[in-house]
Amino acid sequence: MITTRRAQLILATVAGLAFMLITPLAVDLFTLLNLTIYVILAILALSLGLIWGYGGILCFGQAAFYGLGAYTYAVSAINIGESTAPLLLAIALPAAFAALLGWFMFYGRLSDVYMGVITLAVTLILFKLINATAGDQYVIGIARLNGFNGMHGVPPLNIPGNASAILLPDGLFYVCVACLLLIYLGLRWLLASHFGRVIIAIRENEQRAELLGYDVRWYKTVLFALGGAIAGLAGALFVNWGGYADPGLFSLFQSAQIIIWVIVGGLGTLLGPIVGAVLIHYLTSLIGSPELVSLLSNLLGIGRNLDSNLLLGVILVLFVLLVPRGVVPGVQHLWQRYRIKSGAEKSGDNY
Amino acid sequence: MDLAVFILLEIIYAIAGLVLISLGLAVVFGMMRVINLAHGEFLMLGGYAAIVSTQAGLNIWLAMLIVAPLTVGLVGLIVERLIIRFLYGRILDTMLATWGLSLCLVGLVTLIFGNTTTGISTPIPALQIGQFQVVGYNLFIIAVAAVMLAGLYALLRFTDWGLIARAAMQNADMSDALGINPSRVYMLTFTFGAALTGLAGGVLAPLTGIVPSIGATYIAKAFITVISGGVAIATGTLSAALSFGLVERITTLLSSPVLGEVALLIAAVLLLRFLPRGITGRFFRGRL
Repeated sequence: MITTRRAQLILATVAGLAFMLITPLAVDLFTLLNLTIYVILAILALSLGLIWGYGGILCFGQAAFYGLGAYTYAVSAINIGESTAPLLLAIALPAAFAALLGWFMFYGRLSDVYMGVITLAVTLILFKLINATAGDQYVIGIARLNGFNGMHGVPPLNIPGNASAILLPDGLFYVCVACLLLIYLGLRWLLASHFGRVIIAIRENEQRAELLGYDVRWYKTVLFALGGAIAGLAGALFVNWGGYADPGLFSLFQSAQIIIWVIVGGLGTLLGPIVGAVLIHYLTSLIGSPELVSLLSNLLGIGRNLDSNLLLGVILVLFVLLVPRGVVPGVQHLWQRYRIKSGAEKSGDNY
Repeated sequence: MDLAVFILLEIIYAIAGLVLISLGLAVVFGMMRVINLAHGEFLMLGGYAAIVSTQAGLNIWLAMLIVAPLTVGLVGLIVERLIIRFLYGRILDTMLATWGLSLCLVGLVTLIFGNTTTGISTPIPALQIGQFQVVGYNLFIIAVAAVMLAGLYALLRFTDWGLIARAAMQNADMSDALGINPSRVYMLTFTFGAALTGLAGGVLAPLTGIVPSIGATYIAKAFITVISGGVAIATGTLSAALSFGLVERITTLLSSPVLGEVALLIAAVLLLRFLPRGITGRFFRGRL
């Protein structure tokens, strides 16, 4: 069992490194830029995959931390000019905010639906406030918040300490894949540690964990803050990728998407959210593509108004009804059954 | 004096608006522990039903008060049979499935009607109170909300149907043993909740106009009102709507609409922190 897990780890590391090093040589710059956004969204999906899949905390407002990270980076990068401190701030501030919110919820012992309402309400508050900052008076330092118009012209990442050595798109790709890989490996380590095992115990039976002497509230708050930090990092990377931050990052639709990625990919795995994010984002970009729209409008005369909502909605309903465990656990399950049938030994833990 | 009447009307209107958009959701949540996140889209469908049938030449009152609830009730029936009934008792799964349904409905309606605003004019002229002008239609909204709330309370409290529905909600197995088919009760309850929502959507349509994505502006408020209200359907919705409507409108009058909405949300967050089971989880226990 240990060897299987070690083999998995090595496989994941090698695959990640190979993807990071080979892709920029194999594809052109445009494709590379497109791939970068997949990687960023995968990081975002991991943040919810961690707190929902392992901590059992369904957060309806993961987009709040994503947007907060994006805006923190944008505001501080415009003010400071050099990108190292803003990047760290974009991780620290959402983490602190998540810790505060977590403290507020978990120490109040709120259960699932009520927690959903609070995270939803907080996200809406941020969305509405940021949306309403369009006037000249809403300035932080020298950065105008611009309300619903969004903030543009945000300085990209640079090599730490040297503000003139900015990262080119291929550099950003390396950084994003490295972040994803490090977070994935870090989370695997975390989940195998004492902390991770307590977290999983809490997910399985909160009362029992409490009776065994663990302070459930503290563990959940820390986990929630960690999820916030990862989502904040994804937000900062997104600003680097697009060069802008707008209130849409905080929107309900964004939160919904993250939840869909995780449930499609598979709850309780780390690979699942990554797979889900890539799969769903690919499908939604496919539906918006001009070729498909013209094809559909020629065939059926409906392409004009086709939007990604319809597809996302159908996918979500079908998955909840038919594949509630998600793609990755489903495939793992089939694989194990196949191996048992073919006489191989049964493999234990799956991550 | 005029100002006082004007402000009072504004506050009552804010409360009535909250009652209107949440009552259908409250029926479904209170009775069946199902959170229907496609609720906003049910309101939107009610609006479209009213507007389309008015534009087709039907009397506007008939369109709003009859066609809209019937259409959305039918949609609710189909949705319950196809999706919801497989997910009873799994509250999070129901939320996710209905969230998917909501995206689906937005996509479908966009496909049919396009992403443009349509509307009809309100059938009631403006009203003069001293030097202030009040939208006359607001009074109609207040009346509809009051009738819906009172009607629902009476239905649950005084009729056989209400008694059976409450029995099935309190103890499904026991009522099953007594010869009531809970599955049928759930089906009818969901349909009824959807019809109430359709009525609300139809009545609100002339005021707001309709776009396919309008549901998103309602769902969060309705969801928050219902959960903060707690388990009691009528009392919970009314008490939550009272608190939030008051907070929202007073803040709006003192500052801006955006801050009004933010104040509503902050009030909800604080309320749930200190009353984790909603208002009626603590006060008015045992009411409907």
